Parts: sequence; structure tokens; C-alpha cells
Amino acid sequence: MALLQISEPGQTPEPHQAKRAVGIDLGTTNSLVATVRSGVAQTLADLDGEHILPSVVHYGEHGVQVGFPARAAALDDPHNTIFSAKRMMGRGLDDVTALGGLLPYQLVAGAGMPQIETRRGLVSPVEVSAAILRKLADRAQETLGGDLDGAVITVPAYFDDAQRQATKDAARLAGLKVYRLLNEPTAAAVAYGLDQGGEGVVAVYDLGGGTFDISILRLEKGVFEVLATGGDTTLGGDDMDHLVACWLLQQAGVDESTIDAQQQRMAMIEACRAKEALTDAAQVDVHFGQWHGTLSRAQFNELVDSLIDRTIRAFKRTIRDAGLKVGDIDEVVMVGGSTRVPRVRERVESFSARAPLTSIDPDKVVAVGAALQANVLAGNKSAEDMLLLDVIPLSLGLETMGGLMEKVIHRNTTIPVSRAQEFTTYKDGQTAMVIHVYQGERELIKDNRSLAHFELRGIPPMPAGGAKVRVTFQVDADGLLSVGAEELSTGVKSSIQVKPSYGLGDAEITQMLQDSFAHAGDDRNARALREQQVEADRVAEALAAALAKDGQSLLSEQEYALLLADLEKLKQCRATADARTIAAEIDRIGKATEEFAARRMNQGIRQALSGQKVDDLEKF
Amino acid sequence: MVDLTQNYFELFALPVSCQIDQQQLASQYRALQRAVHPDRFAVDSERQQRLSVQYASFVNEAFNTLKQPLSRAIYLLRLAGRDVDMERNTVMDAQFLMTQMELREEVSELKTQANPEAELERLMAQVDGDITACLTSFEQHWHAQELEQAETIVRQMQFMVKLTAELAQLESELLDGEQERD
Repeated sequence: MALLQISEPGQTPEPHQAKRAVGIDLGTTNSLVATVRSGVAQTLADLDGEHILPSVVHYGEHGVQVGFPARAAALDDPHNTIFSAKRMMGRGLDDVTALGGLLPYQLVAGAGMPQIETRRGLVSPVEVSAAILRKLADRAQETLGGDLDGAVITVPAYFDDAQRQATKDAARLAGLKVYRLLNEPTAAAVAYGLDQGGEGVVAVYDLGGGTFDISILRLEKGVFEVLATGGDTTLGGDDMDHLVACWLLQQAGVDESTIDAQQQRMAMIEACRAKEALTDAAQVDVHFGQWHGTLSRAQFNELVDSLIDRTIRAFKRTIRDAGLKVGDIDEVVMVGGSTRVPRVRERVESFSARAPLTSIDPDKVVAVGAALQANVLAGNKSAEDMLLLDVIPLSLGLETMGGLMEKVIHRNTTIPVSRAQEFTTYKDGQTAMVIHVYQGERELIKDNRSLAHFELRGIPPMPAGGAKVRVTFQVDADGLLSVGAEELSTGVKSSIQVKPSYGLGDAEITQMLQDSFAHAGDDRNARALREQQVEADRVAEALAAALAKDGQSLLSEQEYALLLADLEKLKQCRATADARTIAAEIDRIGKATEEFAARRMNQGIRQALSGQKVDDLEKF
Repeated sequence: MVDLTQNYFELFALPVSCQIDQQQLASQYRALQRAVHPDRFAVDSERQQRLSVQYASFVNEAFNTLKQPLSRAIYLLRLAGRDVDMERNTVMDAQFLMTQMELREEVSELKTQANPEAELERLMAQVDGDITACLTSFEQHWHAQELEQAETIVRQMQFMVKLTAELAQLESELLDGEQERD
């Protein structure tokens, strides 16, 4: 077997087969999947030649449909056709209700996130997103001829922890291995940056169907460093449609509160049609019911200007956060279908005094950038060429006395980041402490988003101010937070991976997975075994590659032989054992390779600093 | 062997000093992140990924600390065994406090001025100048190993950096107000 050959000293491992890695743009209105083939990133089409998959899921009498057929079903069956699920991801019922007429669904308060009542039962936004992801993954698997190794999934840069976690949950539900959650504007910058070999300061203005992002990046020698990011996760093309729809109803003399979901949907469709027609035409005929009229571009501009104002204001603020002036911006990149609206381009151009870049299809640019990043992460392409340094969009902190927010990590801090802060007790003899984690910029916690809370118990009774509790925040490269707390004098530890209050617990995900297998008539045990086997293969491959690359230089002969034996054992186990045994073996290998992993990191650091080759380094 | 308790200057192969070659710092930072960033370990074992997150976080923290003059100064004092505890109330020089109070008064009256933008700009320039003067003074004390005095300067600098942040906030409010009137 190929894996054994690499144990021979001095032998180069066989070039491994390119991984099947994709980038997925999971959009509010439309979604796409892209991959790199023969060095070129391109979006993948379905059998009808369509690249775009409408982010719509129809829960029909005879089954679940995704994409164009679902969208077509919307008019006849609005309550069972879910649009814009992204706007509900990681949000509470109140947030979603506040979106008002945009979402004509029967919502039920679920465990955290709202659930939507459909004829096929209650579905959560995570499940809707998972259905969309699965559809795209199937398309990619058919095109690429096999199971996917991993995916980069894009999220709005301004998504908070709960929204990111919900997106990752959806991927898990869809059976996808997530290499990375990548911010949409960063993905677009990658697509343009690599395309044009750019250097300098780039602003990415990303106005999608339901979200607005603005990111300022510095490009230098293949490093994409995000300086600041801002935006609004409740602002997009949908809102333009809604404003136009309201105007239509008003003109037609219809009271918005009296119409049903179907009429509402019709108004939105007509509004969207008018908006798109006005991209090229100076005016367009519109109708609603018996009413006919015209909408001129000037009228349309007036309707949407307040929305564009909000984006320009965020643009200004983000430039300031980056410590720059408008004049420092070298290029402005336009992303998202809503940037096709001429008024948007005019306003951005007049504000930035730059003709915005639009050469890459604004609908596809995010997926293309995600595919490029997926290709690098999968190891198909040398990581030397590109490095993305992104930031956290919103500050993270804790509730302190008086309902105040104590920020531990400030927004626009480069991730990954780890930061600790010490707190103390305020009462004599206090033995427990509630750690309540929030995200947001406001001074009072009630104005920020609650992410999680947990208790640290077993603090030894001391006078007020005697105990020292260190709370550590760790944000990973996906922008996801975990929090740990420790009482320093006794070492009482308490740690959690923050599960947002609006997110799903592990138990719920497992339940959903089981439900979906039940529907698919799949055998749960077989599925669990298959998952562990895939994971075992991944671990074995990673270890084999690491041994081939650094085993000779970083390990003693004995250590090398031991790890090689471990690798062999894992492969045997994978071939013969059940899911639980394989999982245990994977865990054992993980512990056995810890020291090797640390040495590899240190070697990387030394090489980075000295520019030396592996051969020149001292042998352990 | 590199470890996470290493001092930040050594990590970037820079001499321990008040002044820092920003270009060298930035290029070493990029080289280090290329080596340790989680994106390099996306297909590796979970442990290797966790390790990478720790290292990359450490490199980010080190970079941010050395990049900014104030955090760099605080860090230099810490290396010299003086932890500047921000929360601790210390007796400040009366003259300094007097000047600070006057400055704050000017800031609070700013919005009622006839030309708040110009006034804001003047104040910002003044505070910037003060910070620069502090840095020079800190450097002198640090070289002379007069750590007590160096610490006093750092505390004063913290006052002024906070004030700068408030001024920036005011500026953004003024700018936003302008936008609203558009």
C-alpha cells in the first residue's frame, strides 16, 4: 500500500490525488458551488446548465424540492415554500418577526431558533439551509465523480457567533466536512486579488439579497489582511423589493395588512421584476391585480436611496475603523446581485471617487473565491501562495455588575485570537459565578446579543474580591468562540464551547440527523461506521503525509517506528472494527502524535524566521 | 525550541527596545502566520489544528502588542518585572490631572462650539503631540532604567490614549450627523 512506502528513508511520497474540494456561496436568494479544475476556479452547473440554485425549499405533498422547482411552487403554496432561510439563521423568534412582511411563514418558537410550520412538520432554518447545501454537494459530487473531501462555506462578514454556528450546523446536517467558514467579502477579494495580482488597499462592497457587508483589506505579497469589517445582516435586495412592493400596494390602493401570503408574494415578485428591468430601462410598466402603472428609474432611486444611505454610512465607519481615509482606498470591488442596481453603483462611485470593479460576475465572485481557498486548504495548491488574515466583526465580552458589557475581544481583532481577563467575587463567601457571554458594541448588555451563559462552581469561600477567576476567550479561524473559566487559587475549571442561545444543542443536531436517516431509509449504524471510516482515512492520510515530510528530521528512529506502527494499527482497525472502536483508535493516535505535532509547529516557526531549509535544521 | 512563553521580541527576532522596525515586524509577522495559521492545517488532525489555533493566536497577540507604542511600552515594563495594573488606583501627578481635567472639559463643550470640526482637529493634534512627547520621555527613562518614572509616563499615556478614542468617537458622531443632514 502506498502509505507503507513512505517509511523508507529518503523516498518521496507518491503525489497524492487532488482532493475534491469545493467553495459554496450559501446566499439569501441564490446559492452556488464552485471548484478549481485545471487551475481554474469555476462555478458548477446543474443538468440544465443552470449555475445558480435559488435558495428556496418547497415542502410539498410528494416530497421536498430545492431550487427552481421550489421557487415555481411558491405562488401556489407560499406557506410551505421557504425563501430567505439565511435571514433566520441563528436568530430568535423576535428578530425574525421584526423582519415583518418579508417572511410570510407560520413561525413557532423552537428551542432557541424559530421553527417554520410546513405540511411536512416543523422545520428549522438550519434544516432548510442543509437541504440547499446537500443539493449543491450532490451536484458537485456528480460533476467531480466522487464524495467531497471538504468545503469552504461563505458567510457574511458581519455574521455573529450564533449565525456562524448555525451555518456550520447546517453543513454538518448536510454531511459536509467544513474546511473553513470564509467571510464573503474576503472570498471576493481573493477572487479579484488572485485574478489581477493586486497590491494595495481594497474595499469590498457586498450587497446581497438579505445582507450587506463592507470589508477593507490590505493586499501584500499574497497576504490578504482584513483591516476592518462592517455591515448589516438585515439589509439587502429583498428590502429594496419590499419597499417597491409597498409602493405598488399603495399605488394600487391596497392595504398591506389585509392581503394574504399569496398576494404578498405576488407583490414581491412584481417588485423584483421591476427592479431588475430598471437596471437597463429608464422606466417600466408595473401592475398589481387590476391596477396598472409605470415606475421610473428616478422614482425607484428615490425609494431605495435611504437603504443605500445606510450602506454608505457603514462604508464610512469601516474606513475609519481601518484607520484610513477614503482617499487611501485603491480599488472598490462590487459583490452581490444587488450591486447591479445602477443607483448603487453611482452612489458607491461618487462616495469613493473610484470606478468600482465589476469584471467578475457579482453573483459568482464569492463562490469562485471560496473555491480558490478550498483548493489551498485541501492541500491541492501550495499554501505559500496565499494567506488570509480575517477579523472578528463584533466585540465579545461578559456581563459585569450593573448589566454592563466588559469587552474582552474588540471587533476588528485579527483571528484566531485568545484573550484572558480576570474577574473577582463581589460578596464574602461567594462560591459560584455566572459567566454570561455577549456579542456587540453597546455598553449595556441588554442591547447586545446573548451568546451563552454558564456557571463556575466550587470557588472556595473567601472574602469579597479574594477569588481570582480567569475567563479565557478563544476565537478560531471560523470566527467561532469557545470560553473557559478557571479559579486561579484552586484551579477549579469550567469550560464550554459556546453554543449560542439561539443555536442548536448537540442533542438536537443528532436528533435531526437521525430523523433525516429515517426518512432516507438509511441504517444509522452503517452511517456511523462510514463516518468513522472516513475520519480514520483522513487522520491516516494526514499522519502519513506528516511522517513523509518531517518524520525523518523531527523524530528519533524509535519514535518514528512507533508512530508508523500506530498508523498501521489504525488502518487495520479501520478495515475490521466497529464505529466506536475506530473512534477510540483515532483518539489514541491523536494523543500519540501530540509531541510530533508540536515539533512540526516549532519547526515551521524556525523556518519562517530563518528561511532555512529542513535539511539545515538541527536533528532532534 | 520555540514555545508559547517566549518573549514577543524574540519571537519576531527583534531586539528588545522602545523603537521598533515596523516593516521588519510586519514581514516577520506574515512569515510566522504562513507557518502556523490554521489554514495550513485544515486537513490535519484535530490536535494539530488546535495547536495551530494556539500558536496563531499567540503570534497575533505578540504582533498587536509590539505594533502599538502604548502596549509595547507596557510590555517592556512587564519584561522588566513591573506589571502595570490598569485597574489599580494610583496617585497621579496633580499638575497632570489638572491638565487632563481641562482637556476633558474642552471635549465635553466641543459640540456646542461654533466650529466643532476645527476644534476637534485642534484637540486631536494636541493629544497626539502629547503622546509623542510621552513616548520620547518613556524611552529616556527606560534607557536609564528609571522604571518608576517610566511607569508613571505609561499611566499618563493611557489617559491620553483613552482620550484619543473618545475624540475618535466624537468625530464619528459629528460625521454621521453630517450624513443625516445630507
